Amino acid sequence: MYPFTYHRPGSLADAVKLAGSDEAKIMAGGMTLLPTMKQRLAAPSDIVDLNGLDLAGIKVEGGKVTIGAMTRHADVAGNADLHKAIPALAELAGMIGDPMVRHRGTIGGSVSNNDPAADYPSACLALGATIVTSKREMAAEDFFTGLFETALEPGEIVTKFVFPVPEKANYQKFRNPASRYAIVGVFVAKFAAGVRVAVTGAGSSGVFRQFDFEEALSKIFSTQAIEGIKQSADGLNSDIHADAAYRAHLIGVMARRAVEAAR
Amino acid sequence: MSGTGIGARVQRKEDFRFITGKGQYTDDVNCYGQAHAVFLRSPHAHADIVSIKLDAARDMAGVVDIFTGDDLAADKIGGLICGWMIHSKDGSPMKAGAHPALAQGKVRYVGDHVAVVIAETQAQARDAMEKIEVDYKVLSPVVSMADAVRAGAPVLHDVAPHNIVYNWSLGDEAAADAAFATAAHVTKLDIINNRLVPNAMEPRAAVGDYNSGSGGFTLYTTSQNPHVARLVLSAFIGIAPEHKLRVIAPDVGGGFGSKIFIYAEETVCVWAAKKVGRPVKWVADRTEAFLSDAHGRDHVTHAEMALDASGKILGLRVKTRANLGAYLSTFSSCVPTYLYAPLLSGQYDIPAIYAEVDGIYTNTAPVDAYRGAGRPEATFVIERMVEVAAREMKQDPAEFRRRNFVRNFPHQTPVIMCYDAGDYDASMTKALEMADYKNIGARKAASAKKGLLRGVGFSAYIEACGIAPSAAVGSLGAGVGLWESAEVRVNPVGTVEILTGSHSHGQGHETTFAQLVSERLGISIDNVAIIHGDTDKVQMGMGTYGSRSGAVGMSALSKALDKIETKAKKVAGFVLEASPDDIEFKDGKFSVRGTDKEIDFASVALQAYIAHKFNGQELEPGLKESAFWDPTNFTFPAGVHICEVEIDPATGVTRIDRWTAVDDFGNVINPMIVEGQVHGGIAQGVGQALLEGAVYDANGQLVTASYMDYAMPRADDLPSYDVGMTQTACPSNPLGIKGCGEAGAIAAPPAVMNAITDALGHEEIAMPATPLAVWRAAQRLAPRAAAE
Repeated sequence: MYPFTYHRPGSLADAVKLAGSDEAKIMAGGMTLLPTMKQRLAAPSDIVDLNGLDLAGIKVEGGKVTIGAMTRHADVAGNADLHKAIPALAELAGMIGDPMVRHRGTIGGSVSNNDPAADYPSACLALGATIVTSKREMAAEDFFTGLFETALEPGEIVTKFVFPVPEKANYQKFRNPASRYAIVGVFVAKFAAGVRVAVTGAGSSGVFRQFDFEEALSKIFSTQAIEGIKQSADGLNSDIHADAAYRAHLIGVMARRAVEAAR
Repeated sequence: MSGTGIGARVQRKEDFRFITGKGQYTDDVNCYGQAHAVFLRSPHAHADIVSIKLDAARDMAGVVDIFTGDDLAADKIGGLICGWMIHSKDGSPMKAGAHPALAQGKVRYVGDHVAVVIAETQAQARDAMEKIEVDYKVLSPVVSMADAVRAGAPVLHDVAPHNIVYNWSLGDEAAADAAFATAAHVTKLDIINNRLVPNAMEPRAAVGDYNSGSGGFTLYTTSQNPHVARLVLSAFIGIAPEHKLRVIAPDVGGGFGSKIFIYAEETVCVWAAKKVGRPVKWVADRTEAFLSDAHGRDHVTHAEMALDASGKILGLRVKTRANLGAYLSTFSSCVPTYLYAPLLSGQYDIPAIYAEVDGIYTNTAPVDAYRGAGRPEATFVIERMVEVAAREMKQDPAEFRRRNFVRNFPHQTPVIMCYDAGDYDASMTKALEMADYKNIGARKAASAKKGLLRGVGFSAYIEACGIAPSAAVGSLGAGVGLWESAEVRVNPVGTVEILTGSHSHGQGHETTFAQLVSERLGISIDNVAIIHGDTDKVQMGMGTYGSRSGAVGMSALSKALDKIETKAKKVAGFVLEASPDDIEFKDGKFSVRGTDKEIDFASVALQAYIAHKFNGQELEPGLKESAFWDPTNFTFPAGVHICEVEIDPATGVTRIDRWTAVDDFGNVINPMIVEGQVHGGIAQGVGQALLEGAVYDANGQLVTASYMDYAMPRADDLPSYDVGMTQTACPSNPLGIKGCGEAGAIAAPPAVMNAITDALGHEEIAMPATPLAVWRAAQRLAPRAAAE
């Protein structure tokens, strides 16, 4: 680790001010940032720690779930109200990392980092979440812009997420045998207005929606509806654990399993 | 008796210390005034070093000193050695390239040692390391063995043209060819044994210290064999004569072979301590462990088996290429030769075997012994061959094995080994019953109904442990003897200290060795201390590897306890006023035969030291004895493991549904510890079969250099094991012990792969059988399944 200046602001306004400087990094749970710094792969001049802000909490009301950006994965996974409203989202949080990561890592940190193998981005996209920041509100599809890339501007801080409650949903994750990150994660959400399907782990530009699946499932919500739809391997990641063809195949398998398990 | 003797399921004495964080590992050792070392490693797989500029680095805060290979050479510090001479089949000695502790003009793998920076803190050493400027002339690397032996391939070491270290052979080629000439059926298979990274929980570490007053060095290090480390550092590398070099291996958090070897970092730390006049500490981080711990396995083999029409094996021909990496590590040369080919007979009576092994240099990390060391590779070959042969001949794999089992002991194989005892039918019978093999058909049908593929795989393994008779290994090229020593120090109050040359780094010696003492002297294990891992305390020892601590180390202890008993009887004779010949020793009490006169062990110990009842001309005071034990043969643990898998062809995920292990380890000191060894061994073997595999890219960069890409087995990858035992006592040591430390890792890989190929219906899959590999294999036509 290289030396850096540590800040723990007490207000969002202060945090925004500090985070705006050139080489500053915002730290939520630190579950990605700290290991990267320890390996000397990141060398921020300043760390702006959000743990002094009051940004955690889960609220279910009016067909919407609001989750504060600093809410830990373990708290999302263990929230009884959320289990009733969107069980798939709570279950997803329980599949992230290991107990240490789940007790430190936050939804805001995970989504802002937009790791292409992270779980939460698929939920945001499939559920059509609204992402609220220190300066605006964004639809999830406008937020995720590429590998580790988001629409966040320097100093802009995610404060909360608003998820519409679907009729049913499910998240299926096929894990990398080594890292246990998603090789393919498919989040399927059925709303009265239609079905949304988001895929994480597979895309070379990060999380994406599977529109062919969405269209078919919006007509008939059954595994047979997407059985014959071929996912192209173009634009999918390839590595020693899974090549693009295997990922393409798994997207279909995981989507069907998600449809089957949706509740 | 105290209930802590041989056969008792005693909880491990050392565990309280370990699980409460009170262990003392090398990184817990902090010497006054110590500085910290960090190694600059090569980013290239193959390159000439044109120049190294240190000026900017030397100017960095906290830097104590920086050394390169030139400094070691100037001090006449020798290179790292390979301690086992292998001769090629043409009689020429193996071609070993120089292995300097810090590179001299050339680097040969990513992670090779270029320079050491010593600074006040580790962070300062890292900062300075980043300022070292090395001008490399990058050379083409040879990464795979096929690349290495290709005509015109770049050569790693000038002494080894074509990157071939040796072309070795074992067995009678003409006899094997004759067997094939009469064969009714020949089974052929290409077999890859994947490269593994050892991944001990505790990474390697060293603290070197030099006392300018006494002229003595001390090295604290993560070693499985501190005396061997001292011997090599002293006699070959030239750090200091043995009486001026103390090596201490304190608590060590796992080794699996990787901590047998004498590495660059430990060597440099102890040498540098004198250069800088301060203790020097180095602790590997996990990336360094991946890059520079000696890796394991990495064979490519073609095997052929000749059979008669009934399914009796007539002969075996094996041709193996073994990747030795960029340098010959300490015992690397013997692993794919004398620890491999002599086990190719398996549990079977095979009249003719011929094996050829080519040792190959590549621009990858050195490869050396890893849990099982050669024997897992041999077992994988023979057990895959036997399974495939049975399939090809449409015979039940269990019956096929029975048809070929060795039944008469001793049995001389055509490849050196003489099996002394065993009952392979007994293990097979018990395993079949425990595994409910007769109902496998119904279980396969039930899986098929769910769209899943179920397969069952056998592994009837044998290994050679308790290494080894010194004269035998000496005749095969070993540079050392493989005996063990023990010393028994009885204190005046009757408590006992045992000094052993065996080293415990997870095996539980503090419990099992104490159990032997408890059994023999009739005292509780609480009154026994086991001392090991310090060359100033234990006079000499050969260390722990090859499942030898029980068979060899405890045999030495047994011999020393014999001497204690003899001496104690003399003391008791004086006290009880009887001839030592009339003294009986039982349950911790000495009594005069046919009388009620008796005295307990503790009182005899006191009498031995106060020496009031005898004079010095009659008997020496004190009660302390030592012994060396050199085994008369290898030991031959064997058993049958049966693995049952269920494969999801849609994802390629293999779930191990059942695991039956029936092992014959001879006599068992502590069944709980033995079962733990079996569990851990299977986990490592399953890791190799399903998950683990070191991958280098075409440039020689290690792709699997962290846990993000190198998959270690986790609890949810493993089933609940069904472990049973059969017993034939080992006639080759006084305790009848065979050894259990490696069995699981040896048995497991072929059991898994035989099960997977049974499920798939074809043999076209290599380890690790990851979901990707299994999914791809499941796409292919399954001729056997289709035919059924």
